[in-house]
Amino acid sequence: MKTFALAGNPNCGKTTLFNALTGSTAHVGNWPGVTVDKRDGVYKGGEKPVAIVDLPGIYSLSPYTPEEVVSRNFILDEKPDGIINIVDATNLERNLYLTTQLLEMDVPVIIALNMIDEVEKCGDKIDASSLEKTLGVPVVPISALKGTGLKQLMDRAAAMPAERKGTAVFKGVFEKQLETACAYYDAEEVSSPLFHAVKLLEKDELELQRKGASAVLEKFGDEDLEAAIADERYKYISANLSTAKVKKTERGALTKSDKIDKVLTHRVWAIPIFIVILFFIFHFTFSENLFYLNGFTEEQAWMPSLIDLGLASEVDGELQYNNFGVEILAIFYDGAVYSPGVILTNFLNLFLDHISGGIVTLMENDGAAEWASGLVGDGILGGIFAVLGFLPQILVLFLFFSILEDTGYMARIAFVLDRIFRRFGLSGRAFMPMIMGFGCSVPAAINTRTLADEKERTATIRVIPFFSCGAKLPILTACGGALCAMVGMTNVDVITMGMYILGIVSAIVCVLLMRNTTQKGETPPFIMELPAYHAPGFKNLMLHLWDKTKHFVKKAFTIIFASTVIIWLFSHLNWSWKYVADEEMNSSILASLGMLVQPIFTPLGFGSQLGAFGWVFAVAAITGLVAKENVIATFATLAACITALGANVGGIDIPDAIAGIEGIEEATAMASATGITSAGIIAFIAFNMTTIPCFAACATAKAELPKGKFKWTLLFWIAASYVISSMVYTVGEWWWTLFIWLAVIAAVTTFIVLRNVGKFDILKIFKRKKKDGEA
Amino acid sequence: MSKLLSEFTVGESGKIVAVTGEGRIRRRLFDMGVTPGAELTMRKKAPLGDPIEITLRGYELTLRKTEAACVEVETK
Repeated sequence: MKTFALAGNPNCGKTTLFNALTGSTAHVGNWPGVTVDKRDGVYKGGEKPVAIVDLPGIYSLSPYTPEEVVSRNFILDEKPDGIINIVDATNLERNLYLTTQLLEMDVPVIIALNMIDEVEKCGDKIDASSLEKTLGVPVVPISALKGTGLKQLMDRAAAMPAERKGTAVFKGVFEKQLETACAYYDAEEVSSPLFHAVKLLEKDELELQRKGASAVLEKFGDEDLEAAIADERYKYISANLSTAKVKKTERGALTKSDKIDKVLTHRVWAIPIFIVILFFIFHFTFSENLFYLNGFTEEQAWMPSLIDLGLASEVDGELQYNNFGVEILAIFYDGAVYSPGVILTNFLNLFLDHISGGIVTLMENDGAAEWASGLVGDGILGGIFAVLGFLPQILVLFLFFSILEDTGYMARIAFVLDRIFRRFGLSGRAFMPMIMGFGCSVPAAINTRTLADEKERTATIRVIPFFSCGAKLPILTACGGALCAMVGMTNVDVITMGMYILGIVSAIVCVLLMRNTTQKGETPPFIMELPAYHAPGFKNLMLHLWDKTKHFVKKAFTIIFASTVIIWLFSHLNWSWKYVADEEMNSSILASLGMLVQPIFTPLGFGSQLGAFGWVFAVAAITGLVAKENVIATFATLAACITALGANVGGIDIPDAIAGIEGIEEATAMASATGITSAGIIAFIAFNMTTIPCFAACATAKAELPKGKFKWTLLFWIAASYVISSMVYTVGEWWWTLFIWLAVIAAVTTFIVLRNVGKFDILKIFKRKKKDGEA
Repeated sequence: MSKLLSEFTVGESGKIVAVTGEGRIRRRLFDMGVTPGAELTMRKKAPLGDPIEITLRGYELTLRKTEAACVEVETK
């Protein structure tokens, strides 16, 4: 089977073409070592099937970004049968710059002149045959979005001769230098000698690593060939473009894109508009009170709940609907109108509940043992479905962010916010993944691929979990509610808001710390194309979402499946491997392990000082590592077992205003049984927010981080959460410890600053000693 | 008269005379079409004054003032 590589600038419609050519056979994979998307698929529209490899979007074949090196090495080492170079016809000049470099390689090239319809819409014309004549390779006008010209493109690609000699567009200008360099590479017997020769003239880092290469370069003297070659490339392009491109009218008036841009990047309104857009995205995804139709506060609420309407009743603390119709209605409305994200979640959960309920009933009717239906119902199905239940909201959030990206708005946000982010050693592009973290860390970590700098990416991925995700919200509200009940407050908002701010501040501090120590590096440059605004393609968005769904479902049935089974087993088996019922959970392996690790949490306020039942906090935090929803779920299970043991539960009155919060009773019961202090509860929330995220997020982080960085990242999360929560606890318990912490922070800052200016270098001394030892 | 791109005001245009700067940044600028001889127009500044947006070779490019200081432009 022949293999063709797709190469082209970012944003030239490469992915659209790839999807149009390969259809649903597309799958996403990672390059070995480098985490840049590489996809491959098969085009079946021709006589014979053809393999298509989608290379990352690049502007050049210089050695500076991982995408460029990956593309370059793929073409040179894997030797595809041809390159399909996609060129954005609306931006021909800059797009052809990459083409001039691709043409230097000894590989057949065909040019797909994409978005030709857009050009014609403006009344301009591009003479493909004249372009073909000048460049010496086939040029086919196409529209990837509309699917026109694809057949012709692939037919001509298949008909290309198997061999092609590289050509340089500026051959006449640097003839002598090129000849010398080519002679050197010919002698070295490398493929594509011309390409290497040109790169050598450009003082390419990768070429200079070759033995003897710098000696060749020295012959040419000090002339700035890099600038001269870039200049020659563009000169060649503009000289030939003038014959190929016929402009009908000179564009004087503002285009639609310009008009939109004027508003969205307005000096005053840009940031407020952005905040409003973000607010609506989160509102549509997470709100259980759409457009605040039901008022802003509890007092203003006027909509009746289903119970008020007599359509449902509460039986044993669980909602019972009168009939299936009401159950369907509850997806959309119960005391308030839900947002699309919540409606989809409710819909999926209804479906999943019926499945798991059906299976468990079936098993019980068949006379399955108690442990078996417990394992299947609570362990396996409960765990997987709890995680799958988050899929709709993740998808809705992802859909909104994909739209922002597709329309070109994301690039403008980076432009608007770059100035703020530079202070922390990041570029404006780091903003989007961070804000996505409020929804879910998984898509957020994937989104960091838009960051070019590896160290910037590492630092960003590490702090993403600090932006408290949707699954952590129940911990916040339930524990915050318990805290309110303890101190007699009636509003959880302040605590919730405070914890979100704590997360953001922690993220900023940690980024600053990392960018000055382990992830040190210059602030990455910010030289970025601002693409023209255009409407997002529906088909592409759907393919994108389908991809995400597949990954997520796969994860739920592998990692999460395994972990829930393990947790369930450990909480229902004792050390002699006998089954223990829910009520006797404290004799389980999990409980004794919990007691074992309990002392570790003492500085955090939920360790040894809590006495007999204190281990539940430790266990809850640990089960939270699987999925953060587990924290409150564990509380619920363990609260039942504590009550069964007759502990002092219910010593605290829960104010009516906050009684509706899910998990609040359990959290309050926990608090009163263990005697945890307010500072301890806040520290517990802080710990869960900043510690190792859930399994799914960890797996994504591992895939997205550079090799070998994941174990350090885990360590970072443990250390950060430990320090942050012990700070919260000690300061909350004994206010004067604040001064100790401030002194420590000042000392650490001074140390880092001194080290960075080179006055103080323990690491270097240590390294030198190590080296001496090795020698 | 020639001056640095970082000193441009909105709406000003000119022709690039020279591109300086450290290897990586210089190369990146070249790759994006910021080469001697190219014409550019300053479109706007970000709300916080930096980075800036320019039109060049028929498309929009954004860069920080520190990078713009590497570009010397002959104004009309």
